[in-house]
Amino acid sequence: MKKKRLKINNISLLIAVALLVGMYIAGANIYDRFGSVSTILNLFNDNAYLIVVSVGMTFVLLTGGIDISVASTLAFSGVLSAFLLEKGWSAGVVISLVLLIGAFGGYLQGYVIHTFGIAPFLVTLAGQFLMRGMCAVISTVSIPINNEFYKAAALGKISFTLESGSRPKLYYYVFIAVFVVFAAWYVLKYTRFGRAVYAVGSNEQSAQYMGLNVKLVKIGVYAINGFCAALGGVLFSFYTLAGYSLQNMGLELDAISSAVIGGTLLTGGVGTVIGSLVGVLIQGIIQTIVTYQNLNTWWTKVTFAGILCFFILVQRMVAIRAEKQKEA
Amino acid sequence: MSILICGFCDIQIIYASGPIWFYGRFGVHCFKEVRGLEQNDLLVMEKINKKFPGVVALKDVHFFLRAGEVHALLGENGAGKSTLIKVLTGVEHMDSGTVLMDGCAISVKSPLEAQKHGISTVYQEVNLCPHLSVAENIYVGREPLKFGRINWKAIVQRAKELLKQFDLDIDVTKQLDYYSVAVQQMIAIARAVDVQAKILILDEPTSSLSNTEVDKLFQIMRMLKERGMGIVFVTHFLDQVYEITDRITVLRNGEYVGTYDTVSLPKVELIGKMIGKEYEELAGVSLSAVQQNTGKKYLRLEDAGSANIAHISLCFKKGEVTGFSGLLGSGRSEIARLLFGADKMTSGKAFIEEKEVHIADPLDAICHDIAFCSENRKKEGIIGDLTIRENIIIALQAKRGLGKAISYNEAQKIAEKFIEELAIKTPSADQKIKNLSGGNQQKVLLARWLATEPELLILDEPTRGIDIGAKAEIQKIVMKLAKDGMSCVFISSEMEEMLRCCSKMFVLRDKEVVAELTEDEIKETRIMEYIAGKEVEA
Amino acid sequence: MKKLTNRMEFRPLVSLIIILLVCAVFSGGSFFEISVVEGHLYGRLIDILRNGSRYMILAIGMSMVLATGGTDISVGSVMAISGALACSIVDQRILGGLQGNVFAAIVIALGAGALCGAWNGFLVAKLKVQPIVATMILMTAGRGIAQLIADGKIVTITSDAYYYISGGYILGLPVPLFIAAFMLIFGVLITKKTAFGLAVESIGINADSARLSGIKVERNLWLIYIFCGVCAAIAGMIESAGIKGADCNNCGLMIEMDGILAVAIGGTSLSGGRFSLIASIIGALVVQTITTMILAFGVAPEVIRVFKALIVIVICLAQSPAFVAKVRNIFGKKKVVA
Repeated sequence: MKKKRLKINNISLLIAVALLVGMYIAGANIYDRFGSVSTILNLFNDNAYLIVVSVGMTFVLLTGGIDISVASTLAFSGVLSAFLLEKGWSAGVVISLVLLIGAFGGYLQGYVIHTFGIAPFLVTLAGQFLMRGMCAVISTVSIPINNEFYKAAALGKISFTLESGSRPKLYYYVFIAVFVVFAAWYVLKYTRFGRAVYAVGSNEQSAQYMGLNVKLVKIGVYAINGFCAALGGVLFSFYTLAGYSLQNMGLELDAISSAVIGGTLLTGGVGTVIGSLVGVLIQGIIQTIVTYQNLNTWWTKVTFAGILCFFILVQRMVAIRAEKQKEA
Repeated sequence: MSILICGFCDIQIIYASGPIWFYGRFGVHCFKEVRGLEQNDLLVMEKINKKFPGVVALKDVHFFLRAGEVHALLGENGAGKSTLIKVLTGVEHMDSGTVLMDGCAISVKSPLEAQKHGISTVYQEVNLCPHLSVAENIYVGREPLKFGRINWKAIVQRAKELLKQFDLDIDVTKQLDYYSVAVQQMIAIARAVDVQAKILILDEPTSSLSNTEVDKLFQIMRMLKERGMGIVFVTHFLDQVYEITDRITVLRNGEYVGTYDTVSLPKVELIGKMIGKEYEELAGVSLSAVQQNTGKKYLRLEDAGSANIAHISLCFKKGEVTGFSGLLGSGRSEIARLLFGADKMTSGKAFIEEKEVHIADPLDAICHDIAFCSENRKKEGIIGDLTIRENIIIALQAKRGLGKAISYNEAQKIAEKFIEELAIKTPSADQKIKNLSGGNQQKVLLARWLATEPELLILDEPTRGIDIGAKAEIQKIVMKLAKDGMSCVFISSEMEEMLRCCSKMFVLRDKEVVAELTEDEIKETRIMEYIAGKEVEA
Repeated sequence: MKKLTNRMEFRPLVSLIIILLVCAVFSGGSFFEISVVEGHLYGRLIDILRNGSRYMILAIGMSMVLATGGTDISVGSVMAISGALACSIVDQRILGGLQGNVFAAIVIALGAGALCGAWNGFLVAKLKVQPIVATMILMTAGRGIAQLIADGKIVTITSDAYYYISGGYILGLPVPLFIAAFMLIFGVLITKKTAFGLAVESIGINADSARLSGIKVERNLWLIYIFCGVCAAIAGMIESAGIKGADCNNCGLMIEMDGILAVAIGGTSLSGGRFSLIASIIGALVVQTITTMILAFGVAPEVIRVFKALIVIVICLAQSPAFVAKVRNIFGKKKVVA
């Protein structure tokens, strides 16, 4: 008794890619200079930090969890770096420290979620407040970064001149983001831990019965996510060269929706980091269009929330159809 | 090797040549030899105790498994088979007891540890990951590696070869939930077999398999037996027990009845051991002959169907206990859910007293004087944190509409009435229902529905997992209700119970009604034949 | 009858009293001073009641949502929308035909709140999206919508009638308190006099059982989210009337945490189940008292979040059976050693 069934991840990702390409082509047709290499490279330049955060979020979502503390973690690592750099700490120490703090914060949240069986959103909501509050404890005003290494990282770029005369550029820190995407893809595809992430998300009880180490997976993904959020914070401080406690309010939704648009199921078990990357790029392209159109920047949020909604509807519809087919 | 157990407390000493293991607290003990262990005992479980809130699931249960045997673990629903297996595989933790493997005490805290000890399990419900591919489901957690990374090619190839042994020629790269439950079950078995364990546990593996698939499974079990593996086999099908097993251990109500050689235990005796003194106690329940069949039709379905079942035409009369028999998944629960609107009726018609009615959801059904106790008491029955009183009145409240709350006094009166009538054991109606034992919870649910004064009462497995006393009481209540003119539908997987209660029986197979039996025609052999699919000449 | 200590209101009330006592001791009594100026009462306690009324109103809506096992983190954005809408209408930036009619503005803002709630309800009840994600959509989009309504500006208004919502007095007590009291009475009436409360609790404890017992789960969920949206809209108007304008960026920012916190202190299980509106109200007062207290000690307001986060973590842990068992284990073992 075989049943024909559409694979949900493919459909969602397919629509997302089509949307991305469609918006790019549409933009290129409507606006001058939109359809250039610069636009594409700038998508990466401006969203490198979000890519990293979304990759971390994908891990958590794949297990069926959720983490809404990432924006605060990002802001905290930004503020803490700026604060410590101002105190004269060396860049290497500061970066390692914030990354450790991010990972440890994630580990703690994961530990509480798994060991005490408390809803992930509550734990991470508390984490969100804690981190934001800690930002404010350090400083409520924006701290500029004058460290040489950070400046070099912020400005270092590859730029080349095209025949048309435009000078597209790609910042070095984008390579970090690209590396993270690649590493995450490799881990999820080619390591036992990665496959266990999918198994836990698909059916936690089964995964436990199959003898997988559910505890390690569930705590691990939150630690990875915390690490990615902190790394995103470092990239963001390269990008802005400042640390501010109210940075990136609501970034967690951007990360979650990037993953969802890229085909990650909120119930877990299905999704890829490549999809999340596509999700981030869609968001970036909306932002670019909004800028070109000279609209209120809030349109970006509203449009993106609308698109997220659409993708959640698609997911639900495919799921309902699958259920019906199964029963029939 | 032998085990010494103290006569005063639970301390145990395991003896090989000298004492090698101590258990329990130190102090004054009086040891007496309890039992010598045989050399080839692969697994010994001694004095296993496990309590759940409100229920004693296992009480001093023993289990011995030899290498190279197929050992049946039998008992009725709620006898403790599943709990014992879960203790062994580390899903549940025992309160006290000893587990020895190859003479060494082991403490299994998680399924992962169980696997490390060489215990491999196929659970009753398919426990695989629906979103992963077939091949991956077989190898997840122990994927073959090449240069530290997963060797996908090898996974696919090995999975293919493995499934070939089971005569399964399927695309192993497809997602698991692409395939039917039977195929999924075979895949789960394949995974368990491939682990190369010392002990293989099969918990009801055959309930969703066809005959040829069962034969294939038995073939493989025999092969594994040859290799010296110990296989624990749990099933409801006694024929299969006699076909494949060497020894039988019977549990009853969480207690150890005994271990027997299969060849020297006749089937009748086995059933006696499984049912035990329950049989006598339950025999007191009056038989169906007492029922007043008024012959008045109450509810009739015409070619009705839901998402789960189709083309059902049935009729229920007042003052009659109607039974649905059939195997799990034969459609008996699906019809019950359809009657109640729990599954939406998508085709056909329903008539109450010959008037067409439209039942779109449970509330409609309640308003048409239909009541339904789901088979899943915990998930679809009790509302755990509410009091007994609230649990009893909730359906009545829904029937009357949510606009005006039933007053405290009235609710209390209703609750007290039913607590007395149904002999629900509780200090007060303020007690949370989750603190009651299974049988009392079931009675509260019955009270919930009786409070709505239904004309048709559907009970799906109302006696599952509750103690014998409560079982008998619930059966008596059902009989009494039918006598008073109510139309009852009774579903149970215990044939003997059905035979006693029902005055009419629908037999189901593969989601179809294959027979309608009345009064004298209700005989076990006959029902079994219909269930098995043999056409009987009328 | 239940014993006093068994009631859900008991523990939050005790914590409120303890916190007030702490305040009294540290402030040397000045915390409790109430003066009468022009027939109106003034003082810290009155401030707590006035400023706390937003939390109280939110807590009423949030209690029911949390009792169903859901959550609504869009309340802050809904507050921003209703504030922006009401202020824009009063200021005649939009719907000029109403000529800045305050009453019409309030009704429209309430309607908008209900609409937002209905949207959340649609996603949660009908499409079965996880509540956190469903309401998160409106959380982000809502603030954007509010910005678009206000055209990205901070709308300042001059309307004494609108100010009255927050700054007015009746019988010497601030108006928001009366609004909160009205909402409380309304809430208690519909949960106790009708069987709505029973429906909410049973959905939160076991939605499948509730459905099979004849409770219309979808419809009730829908109503609950709408009610929560309306509560948020009222809170939004009180806030905007208080600052005499709509600041879409900051109105109700991260207030969802305070709402959840208030309900949690009130003893409602965050995974759904038993709830008491009065206990939640007391919880809201606890939250406000802590805020006022910390501000009185001169700590930066942003830092309050750290305290609140800690309180939520403690309450969550206390509600977790696994945690309680673990703590008991540790203490049990200690006893054996001793």
